[in-house]
Amino acid sequence: MPDTGVPVTRPAPQAAARPLLRLERLKRHFDVSPPWLARVLERKPRAIVQAVDGVDIEIARGETFSLVGESGCGKSTVARLVVGLYPPTAGRIEFDGADMGARRGRAEMAAIRRRMQMIFQDPYASLNPRWRVFDIIAEPIRAFGLAKSGQEIRQRVEGLLRQVRLTPADGVKYPHEFSGGQRQRISIARALASRPEFLVCDEPTSALDVSVQAQILNLMMELQRDFGLTYLFISHNLAVVYHISTRVGVMYLGRLVEVAATDTLFRRPRHPYTRMLLDTIPDLEMTGRRRAPVAGEVPSPINPPAGCAFHPRCPFANDRCRRERPELLAAGETRVACHAVEEGRLPAEERSYVRA
Amino acid sequence: MTSLANAPLLEVSHLRVEFPTRRGTLVAVDDVSFDIAPGEVLGVVGESGAGKSLTGAAIIGLLEPPGRIAGGEIRLEGERIDNLPYEKMRRIRGARIGAIFQDPLTSLNPLYTVGRQLVETIQTHLPLAASAARARALELLKEVGIPAAEARFEHYPHQFSGGMRQRVVIALALCANPRLIVADEPTTALDVSIQAQIIALLKKLCREHRTAVMLVTHDMGVIAETADRVAVMYAGRLAEIGPVRDVVKQAAHPYTRGLMGSIPSIGERSHRLTQIEGSMPRLTEIPPGCAFNPRCPHAGQRCTRERPDLMPAGRTRAACWLYDPQGVGAPLRAETVDA
Repeated sequence: MPDTGVPVTRPAPQAAARPLLRLERLKRHFDVSPPWLARVLERKPRAIVQAVDGVDIEIARGETFSLVGESGCGKSTVARLVVGLYPPTAGRIEFDGADMGARRGRAEMAAIRRRMQMIFQDPYASLNPRWRVFDIIAEPIRAFGLAKSGQEIRQRVEGLLRQVRLTPADGVKYPHEFSGGQRQRISIARALASRPEFLVCDEPTSALDVSVQAQILNLMMELQRDFGLTYLFISHNLAVVYHISTRVGVMYLGRLVEVAATDTLFRRPRHPYTRMLLDTIPDLEMTGRRRAPVAGEVPSPINPPAGCAFHPRCPFANDRCRRERPELLAAGETRVACHAVEEGRLPAEERSYVRA
Repeated sequence: MTSLANAPLLEVSHLRVEFPTRRGTLVAVDDVSFDIAPGEVLGVVGESGAGKSLTGAAIIGLLEPPGRIAGGEIRLEGERIDNLPYEKMRRIRGARIGAIFQDPLTSLNPLYTVGRQLVETIQTHLPLAASAARARALELLKEVGIPAAEARFEHYPHQFSGGMRQRVVIALALCANPRLIVADEPTTALDVSIQAQIIALLKKLCREHRTAVMLVTHDMGVIAETADRVAVMYAGRLAEIGPVRDVVKQAAHPYTRGLMGSIPSIGERSHRLTQIEGSMPRLTEIPPGCAFNPRCPHAGQRCTRERPDLMPAGRTRAACWLYDPQGVGAPLRAETVDA
């Protein structure tokens, strides 16, 4: 393993010039209604899942922005919206100043798409089992016409394989010949093939064992340092998020409830949901700890509670929380969507989740 | 009874699980020995393919053919259970050993209400009349924290959320008050907040019922919070076993140390994670000597030739020649270590 001596740490917050990615009031609803006949005969209503319901995010060049939350909170939907796998129901996605929803010619769109790529969670499902690794990695180069000759493609692919610590000889193999961690390396090589600036990583290490996860996280941080990549990182693992992120957004039922720099979020979480989430992390230091687990579960996104979606589980909820939906407002260095924080009636719990 | 007080509840000695295949026999669990005391929680950790789930399956007698126990002994309260006929083992399973699996949906029958499944399990193992069995089932549902138990009694598994289903599975495992529960990744399919609820529930029930638990998981965080002792498995073998605090903080085996270092933690400044190069060998390619030797930074010649047994290593016991008075022998050549 080449060690360049430069310490690999999470990138520091950037002075905000123009953000590389900007999401504005982004929404995505899914129609999960029963079939028309059932609706007519059985009088069943339409059912709409508000998977993403008004999300604003700005991601600066060179930083790692992470979205955390429990399953069903909409974090993966945001990832898919950003790379264009789903069209948004409403709202705006801006990449480097360009509105992704604007009508464009094919070539112009490809020029933007080339600059963002995605790494998926399941390295078993995201690689074509019938293709050799060489062709998997060469596909984006061919699709975007980034190399003039076969020779050039070969050189690029071999270089990419080395960058992810595989060998050029691995190119002739098929995905099934690799372990989960090695497959995720192939996914990363493929994502890097079009020389993108921005990578959307949807739970890239969740399917991997911890020792392999460490290899992949180290690799991702080294690549970020070497190529100045910007990451949108989706995860439910808070320790992983703490390790690699510059800033973190916490999602609950399709909305952001808190956005802050990583240290601020873990040292001084404001939103009751963030605190609850941080309370639940099983930690190696906590041998024999007895914790008071939170009651309740995430409600159905088909029928989200009125007002603040978290109020049924929140110990500080009052009438206003049940009625009026909180907006994401600045509170110190953090942005929080919570009436209790805004009114200052949340007990000032100066409890850091970062160990000294 | 007093004589049994200090005797282990479960004794596993030299367990070997094999899979005969066309290309030869694979040894998936190789010479594994440990015991569990009454009321104790033993965590079994390891990466995928380390043999932790198969060890659990062997204990509850649910190894899938062609997998079979090829050697060793499993004793429950002194009685040998690894060689019992199927029907006899079926009586023990449920009555004396309960099982909880990763995916609660596959442990529940989708065609029956949870109430019916509970009553059926109770009546299979306890001589109770229908009404008494129903009362016990309701009591169990309340005990595992299912709100409105009477109404939920008539519901089908699909009407429950993932966390609630896992509670039902725990209630099922507790039906006959077993002495031992084998829980295989009981929280892996659940969200973190639900995971915390289920762990707290398991711990509370074990304390109250004095049930011993063998908790199989790959999540060290869950183990650190729940277990009294930890067994670390690697390539079908036990690498290290000891009290949870010592294994987490002062691991002796180089593999355990690497494993602990590779877990991101919230605390120290963001730093590079410890990385164990390479990956666990496939069962067909387990190297001679210590199975970890090709990845071990301390490997010496002895490690490539002789297989270490568990030996005292500080506060734990580790299968590593570093803790033998004769040591590891001459270190390997550099390129062999890197490979």
